[in-house]
Amino acid sequence: MDITGSTTGQLLDAMQDGTVSAVDVTQAYLDEISAHGETIGAFLSVNSEGSLAQAAEVDRKRSAGEALGKLAGLPVAVKDNICTKGLSTTCASRMLENFVPPYDAHVTTQLQSADAVIIGKANLDEFAMGSSTENSALKVTRNPWNTDHAPGGSSGGSAAAVGARLAPLGIGSDTGGSIRQPASFCGVVGMKPTYGRVSRYGLVAFASSLDQIGPFATDVTGTARLLESIAGYDARDSTSVDQPVPNYSATVDQPLEGLRVGVVSEFFGDGIDSDVDSSVRAAIDVYRSLGAEVSEVSLPHTKYAVATYYLIACSEASSNLARYDGVHYGRRAEQFENMIDMYAASRAEGFGPEVKRRIMLGVFALSEGYSDQYYLKALKVRRLIRNDFDTALENVDVLAGPTCPTPAFKIGELVDDPLQMYLSDICTISANLAGIPGVSVPAGFSSNALPIGLQLLAGPFEEEKLLRAARMFERETDWHTKRPTFS
Amino acid sequence: MEFTPIIGLEVHVQLLTKSKLFCGCPNLFNPDNPNVQTCPVCIGLPGSLPVMNQEALRLSQKTAMALNLNLANFTKWDRKQYYYPDLPKAYQISQFDLPFSYDGWVEVTLPSSGETTKVRLIRAHLEEDAGKNMHDESGRGGDSKVDLNRTGTPLLEIVSEPDIRCAEEARVFLEELRLLLRYIEVSDCNMQEGSMRCDANVNLHVHEDGEKIPTPIVEVKNLNSFRGVEAAIEYEIKRQVKAWETDRKRIGDVPKETRGWDADRGQTFAQRGKEDAADYRYFPDPDLVPVTTTDEQLEAIRATLCVFPADRRKSYVNDLGLSEYDASVIVDQGREYADYFDEVTSVCGDGKQAANWLTQDVQRELNDRKIEIAEFSISAAVLGSVLQKIVKGDITIKSGREVFAELLKQSDDGTTVSAESVDAIIADKGLGKEQDTGKIDAAIQAVIDNERNAKAVEDVRGGKQQAVGPLIGQVMRELKGADAGSVRQMIIDKLTS
Ligand SMILES: [Zn+2]
Repeated sequence: MDITGSTTGQLLDAMQDGTVSAVDVTQAYLDEISAHGETIGAFLSVNSEGSLAQAAEVDRKRSAGEALGKLAGLPVAVKDNICTKGLSTTCASRMLENFVPPYDAHVTTQLQSADAVIIGKANLDEFAMGSSTENSALKVTRNPWNTDHAPGGSSGGSAAAVGARLAPLGIGSDTGGSIRQPASFCGVVGMKPTYGRVSRYGLVAFASSLDQIGPFATDVTGTARLLESIAGYDARDSTSVDQPVPNYSATVDQPLEGLRVGVVSEFFGDGIDSDVDSSVRAAIDVYRSLGAEVSEVSLPHTKYAVATYYLIACSEASSNLARYDGVHYGRRAEQFENMIDMYAASRAEGFGPEVKRRIMLGVFALSEGYSDQYYLKALKVRRLIRNDFDTALENVDVLAGPTCPTPAFKIGELVDDPLQMYLSDICTISANLAGIPGVSVPAGFSSNALPIGLQLLAGPFEEEKLLRAARMFERETDWHTKRPTFS
Repeated sequence: MEFTPIIGLEVHVQLLTKSKLFCGCPNLFNPDNPNVQTCPVCIGLPGSLPVMNQEALRLSQKTAMALNLNLANFTKWDRKQYYYPDLPKAYQISQFDLPFSYDGWVEVTLPSSGETTKVRLIRAHLEEDAGKNMHDESGRGGDSKVDLNRTGTPLLEIVSEPDIRCAEEARVFLEELRLLLRYIEVSDCNMQEGSMRCDANVNLHVHEDGEKIPTPIVEVKNLNSFRGVEAAIEYEIKRQVKAWETDRKRIGDVPKETRGWDADRGQTFAQRGKEDAADYRYFPDPDLVPVTTTDEQLEAIRATLCVFPADRRKSYVNDLGLSEYDASVIVDQGREYADYFDEVTSVCGDGKQAANWLTQDVQRELNDRKIEIAEFSISAAVLGSVLQKIVKGDITIKSGREVFAELLKQSDDGTTVSAESVDAIIADKGLGKEQDTGKIDAAIQAVIDNERNAKAVEDVRGGKQQAVGPLIGQVMRELKGADAGSVRQMIIDKLTS
């Protein structure tokens, strides 16, 4: 059997009926990582021994007739900003290069209790700040569809790993599109759940009010399966919401009768790539052909989303990252004059330029005399953006548009133009500001053979509806079955 | 030179919760084993998140009620950001613009003048305590160390208006605050262990040519004893008077100064000033949700409150007829002492009798034995039953003391004494007052008939009433226990009718 060419459903079936063992599956992916890992650069660390041990334990449980979790034997690439006890968690930063957490994130525990196999820790933009994974201080990750191009970011490692079939599943975090945009760039399914749906406990914070953990898979069903395993209330995260978790994978194949799709006009504005435009419009036609009612909707405050997002995200980041001061853990400068100098030198050495840029922006936005006109004003605009979604979703079930205005850009193309890079997030960040769920599904290719993503958004805690709508499109198309060839 | 000292206090009080404010670590004073009461949350490890301890908020709200503060139904958490090695997240979770309580007051009475004043409170808010930096004091320049056991301890910050006018008032305010917080069992307010800490803001209003001139405000930090607070403020007032006389600097001419207190030398000293004013960049903590408390929840907390010290003093004076002094002596000993007093009073039915015994006989024993009332072997019920017999006239005060001494002796020998023990002692020692008038009559007759008393008997018959004393004494000795007043009357009746 072509293990790495299989979907999660096929793998689970094969392990269930004994065609392959969990160890076979993990070994196949480890072999793939050995062969292509360095070409793609998806992983910061590969958990070879640990993952084989976890897989062997799954096989043992199965032969002993013990109950198995929903992800039994499925390898998962976990973004390296999620704490894994005993496995380094670097956030792709020099600051935490040697940090080994003494505790597991809630998500890590959830994966373990679902009997998943943590195959490695995936690359990201440093502290999840970026849209291309180029801000990783530790490694370059390449797009599996064209290694000259970026995988997107910040969860570029997880997306590239799944896109390159180095793992069937991935975990990312999405603060402004950091799951959906790389999913779109790498031709896989990626979902940002509702804020509060998945516990953030153990996710190294970038912007606490926007960060949300979510799944990657090669198909919608795998995404549903991973989401239902990691979602749910956790008392250790005060912002986690106590709502039952539906059995997403059980209902994902049921089409939605009378689906109403709202096409967001603002997401097709200036700067949209013509291939993206035509692919996404073709995708919407698929819904029409399935009998969905399609209408145009407007999110009028979208033009303020990028500015609002960067003020809020950077303000929170400036505070969240203050703890990396060289005192208790992480990097401490070798040379310093006094305490203040130790702080300054450690932070100057430990952080990369984008992180510094955002910290400075955030410190400024929160400063006395400025916070009224920046941070507090941004919070007010955030409310208006939420209201836009509430209004738009009164009359439609899901919102549709491109995940990103362009296909994957070239590595290095935008690094000197942070503003242009920030605009890459224009279609995704509003969902984070509003706290609503969104999913990106493969919806075609550009003329230069790079994947294009369709983004669907829905109201809070409507992941089930979103996944079913995404699956309706997926079953009519074969974009998700395409595999990159790389050497 | 005429001037008025203007003093405001900021008091930090650690709350007696089982666990810390935002994690499950134990909240215990444990300086000998550094960094054992820690977890990913309170040491601020990447990815960790805070969860509010409900009990800490409840104790805070209880405190606010005792301090006459208004309680907010809606409150939130903010991050106060600054770098210091004892602050692992580089921000302190605190409350900025919406504290859970505001606008209150504490009433204080100055012992020196007997004057009672109200010190108004601006607010009380809840925050997490920082850790403790420990520097090498050997002078050899060793590494500084950080102990994070204390990090995350729930800390209540109580801020007064600058209503205090002298050092004594500041000390009395703090003592009253400590008493109150101990009464309601929210803090042990131990200044040595740092569970109560105080900063004082001091300046002067100089009165000159009908003008009131405020001098620069000085904050004296980290005062860790009541004596220290009083002495530091006294010193600071004198220092500021001198400063005014030499440089005549007014408020605003210089930035607010921070000074420390050197208890050994009895002086405040300038601390290294911050180059520019601190900007803590407060903003709402996105890891925590705002907290709402309903009026019903607040009422439920109010129902758990005890009678406060000030109200207790008033009631002892007004309802029990105690002197102000005795009332304060009893109340100021703490809640257990006052509760003991209340129980003795309710059993014996006489507050004054109870107060006399408590402030004299009992207090003497406590002092001799160096123990607290909680450790005293005679329970309030037992002491109350002794006093009840005195009040009812069953035994004399003198016999009561004998019973008391015997009770102590028995309990020192390991017996648990009870109301039954009291009865047994009275019976054994024959301390019960003789009620049989025939027996009393016979005893009186015997004394009158005694030759030795012929002179006294004559004197009484002749109208010299003071001569009756020795006769009463002899009758009482004969009877072991009797009411001296009625014996006296019976002798006079017998000799003069
Ligand atoms: Zn802790």
